Amino acid sequence: MLNQLTISELAAKFAKREVSAREATQACLDQIACVDGKIHAFLSFNAAAALAQADAVDQLISQGGSGANRPLLGIPIAIKDVLAVKNQPLNCASKILGNYISPYDATAIEKLKAAGAIVFGRLNMDEFAMGSSTENSAFGLTCNPWDITRIPGGSSGGSAAAVAADECIASLGTDTGGSIRQPAALCGCVGLKPTYGRISRYGLVAFASSLDQIGPFTKDVRDSATLLGVMSGVDRRDSTSVPEPVPNYVAALDGNIRGLKLGLPKEYMVGGLDPEIKASVDAAVKQYEKLGAEIVEISLPHTDYAVAVYYIIATAEASANLARFDGIRYGARVEGNDPIELYSKTRGAGFGAEVKRRIILGTYVLSSGYYDAYYLRAQKVRTLIRNDFLKAFETVDAIVTPTTPTAAFKAGEKSGDPLQMYLSDIFTISCNLAGICGVSLPCGFTQNPKLPIGLQLLGKPFGEETMLKLAHAYEQSTAWHKEKPSLKF
Amino acid sequence: MASAEINVKYVAHLARLALTPEEETKLAAQLGNILGYIEKLRELDVTGVEPTAHAVPMVNCTRADEVRESLSHEEALRNAPRQANGLFIVPKIVE
Amino acid sequence: MEYEAVIGLETHVQLNTKSKMWCGCANQYGSEPNTNVCPVCLGLPGVLPVPNDEALRKTVLTGYLLNCEIPRFAKFDRKSYFYPDMPKNYQLTQYDKPSTANGFVEFEFTGAGSVNGLARVRITRAHLEEDVGKSTHFDRHSGLDFNRAGVPLMEIVSEPDITSADMAYAYLNALTEILHQGGVSDCDMEKGMVRCDVNISVRPIGTKELGAKIEIKNMNSFSGVRRAAEYEIARQIEVVKRGEKLIQSTRRWDDVAGITEQMRTKEDAHDYRYFPDPDLMPLAPTDAWLAEVKTKAIELPLARKQRFMRDYQLPAGDAEVFKSNVALGNYFEGLARQSKNPKAVANWIINNLLAKLAELNAREKSEQEALGLEAADLKLSSFADLKFKPEALLELVNLVEAKTISSSAAQQVFAEMFDSGKAPAVIVQEKGLAQVSDTGAIEKFCDDAIAANPAPVADYKAGKAAALNSLKGQVMKLSKGKANPALVGEILERKLKG
Repeated sequence: MLNQLTISELAAKFAKREVSAREATQACLDQIACVDGKIHAFLSFNAAAALAQADAVDQLISQGGSGANRPLLGIPIAIKDVLAVKNQPLNCASKILGNYISPYDATAIEKLKAAGAIVFGRLNMDEFAMGSSTENSAFGLTCNPWDITRIPGGSSGGSAAAVAADECIASLGTDTGGSIRQPAALCGCVGLKPTYGRISRYGLVAFASSLDQIGPFTKDVRDSATLLGVMSGVDRRDSTSVPEPVPNYVAALDGNIRGLKLGLPKEYMVGGLDPEIKASVDAAVKQYEKLGAEIVEISLPHTDYAVAVYYIIATAEASANLARFDGIRYGARVEGNDPIELYSKTRGAGFGAEVKRRIILGTYVLSSGYYDAYYLRAQKVRTLIRNDFLKAFETVDAIVTPTTPTAAFKAGEKSGDPLQMYLSDIFTISCNLAGICGVSLPCGFTQNPKLPIGLQLLGKPFGEETMLKLAHAYEQSTAWHKEKPSLKF
Repeated sequence: MASAEINVKYVAHLARLALTPEEETKLAAQLGNILGYIEKLRELDVTGVEPTAHAVPMVNCTRADEVRESLSHEEALRNAPRQANGLFIVPKIVE
Repeated sequence: MEYEAVIGLETHVQLNTKSKMWCGCANQYGSEPNTNVCPVCLGLPGVLPVPNDEALRKTVLTGYLLNCEIPRFAKFDRKSYFYPDMPKNYQLTQYDKPSTANGFVEFEFTGAGSVNGLARVRITRAHLEEDVGKSTHFDRHSGLDFNRAGVPLMEIVSEPDITSADMAYAYLNALTEILHQGGVSDCDMEKGMVRCDVNISVRPIGTKELGAKIEIKNMNSFSGVRRAAEYEIARQIEVVKRGEKLIQSTRRWDDVAGITEQMRTKEDAHDYRYFPDPDLMPLAPTDAWLAEVKTKAIELPLARKQRFMRDYQLPAGDAEVFKSNVALGNYFEGLARQSKNPKAVANWIINNLLAKLAELNAREKSEQEALGLEAADLKLSSFADLKFKPEALLELVNLVEAKTISSSAAQQVFAEMFDSGKAPAVIVQEKGLAQVSDTGAIEKFCDDAIAANPAPVADYKAGKAAALNSLKGQVMKLSKGKANPALVGEILERKLKG
């Protein structure tokens, strides 16, 4: 089953000419045909185009071309519907974009293609990446491969489910407040949110510009390191991308974490944390000690304010970012007698409930008379939150927490109460506010039903090397990442 | 938690969002609830704290004044809901 | 009760960069609609702005030219409002941290509010933002062209220091002259590169409180601004005198009807929801960068005019010519520095050189048009193309000064050097134009003239002094223009009186 392999396993088979890129791509397409009717991770995919890319790779290999500088040669990678791929649809799981086709590639996509990847498919998500369950897609639910009555998390739910169900070798998602790490945790895969500025945001349809980052979903930490290495680096088209050198992330995965200090924030092990999750995280911490890491209790005193800060900053930025969806230059238009009527009708019909909610909230907090009370204050508290982390990182190399307070919940369970839904992001949000990096990896399962549990590691700004080294060491000392959902529906 | 008032109709107009009366009522309640939660930020003393607008502190990130290729005219108008004579067409703009 | 007007101007000027503000599309006027556009300036999903460093440089340079402070921290904000010509539905602009602030423009003005023929208008700020697309209105629809969207646009906000329509006009001319000469903007009004909003209020003379501010939007000619301001001031005074109250509002100038009219009011017009753009990092100009920009600052036109009048004793009219035509002024100054008689140099340039050049240009134009060239492709000669070296003009002035040639001969020499590029001395020699100061020769010419013209001689002797001129003319004719006119006069007088 080629579709079940990791990038490194598949690349090794290509190198030995044991399999062709066409076979690998076909295996993914077959799996989609087999399970996606139930999972619904994909909004669309062009099988013929994917196979054509694969054939081009096979031809290159047969002509003696090597994958030396192309670490993703022949690897089928599927893409969240929020990233622009030239000549492919781009909908952000919203009705408002209509039949929009992107005329350009996101920088991250350009880099994947340059590294030889077979970029295919549009993965489901919460509309405009706003949500934690993928229930906010305008095009239907995505189901958790471990239990199709449950949500896969969000907003990158399709990206997590597709990897967990082996419908692709890896996928891309985006993370604004946990939208990679949370679904990775709920679907049992590895999800990485790089440091803000590590990967260019050009071609990522902005939800909250100061928080958004692109990141990979993979089946193990090594693949995550590989994709990070391919996509990282400063981009002339994104002035917030940081000119920091890109290390060899894969080479850092040497398993030696002896003496590294791991911070355990006391504020994260309280409140509505599910006991099974707590037990798994405690066990993971013990495992780290066994592996030679030193555990240090730390405090991130402003943790409790993160959700409030996030919902001001993210919605304010989103209210402006989403203003361009107006039916004038692209997208689904509802005609009106004048432009104002056209705008209101187009946007009223095109956006779903959650997007409207956030646009209204974001518009409100920026409106005349409220800026200082909400937005400016939120920016100041953001400083306090960031300082909490920077201070902690003076004494520890990385921080370990649960990724989510509970395992995957049932579809519809929280969709009636937006605030409860927002509070489920409590462990992942601070990372985006502080601009640091984070990764979620499998660390166990709940018992009944069997649902994945995620362990979150948070690293210093541009500290992905150390963070991934820690994640890899734990992963390789456990077997969680090897477990697969039965996919028997 | 105090429930803040929000003039949904006014804000929806600013955001150019047509809402049904039901949506308005529902949003007012939900947003009141969320704003009530957000009120907790008032607990903190932020005197003297600098606001963070960007997660990574950098300045002067600019590009050189160089002309690069534009989209072809066809590509530029490819997604236009309505076009004529190379222009994007909208209902008449009245000032 | 007498009323006075209080006027402030917001002037929008397109910067003359090669590319747009945030993307690499050409900043070019006159292209086919929607051809200088890319995902960034069309506001397609996923794009990001990256600031053009040359636009920032030109903004700060403007700050220096307008005597502004250059803050060490500036940033871009999003100004949200929906309009079909604005792709993102927010405009990127510098809201509370502009790149320049607190300057002034000084200019020549003689009306009310001036001191010694000068007026000063304080500049609140000159900040950088982006232009929007262009809409064309049809019967029931409007069409949008985004070629202009994202062109760097500078907004120069004046304090309400302007007190009349004429002063507004003089200010705008002075401002655009500075920006044009300073290399910041081409300021081509025909191409819409300068537009302004005029804020006008009136108040009883002697009071300090400002009246209701009424804004006339989107003016694209300075004469329009003058007419609109004249109309609006009179209208407001009339309204107030009737005892009615003016309310803050926005009006449009109807150039054909010659009136301002109320625009459809937007109740939310001022809720722009500004916040710092998270896609753009702040600006913190360094000492080295500022110093480099400062080296580009030109001498201001007014200072230059004043200096020309002072250093070269030029009359205001001559200095004005050299102020408004920088190339001509530079040409003049290069020679004036070496000349004992800069005024004579100025005369030659303004009276002769300009005329000759205009003549040549007219000829070139008709020749090239006959060949089928379009107006934009015409190649007309300028100062850089003159056939003679600048020093030749100096030489010519010296020849006249030294009385080597007469001024009428000098005209001939100039015409020849303009056409052939030959040195004046060579021309004088070739054409034998050297002035005759040999008394013997002149005496002979005088005797001949007296003998041949008994009537003027008689007139002169009868007391008609003017008759001498006629005799002088005859002598000059006999000498083929080469006789020294002063000597001729002396000798004639002596002979006739004697």
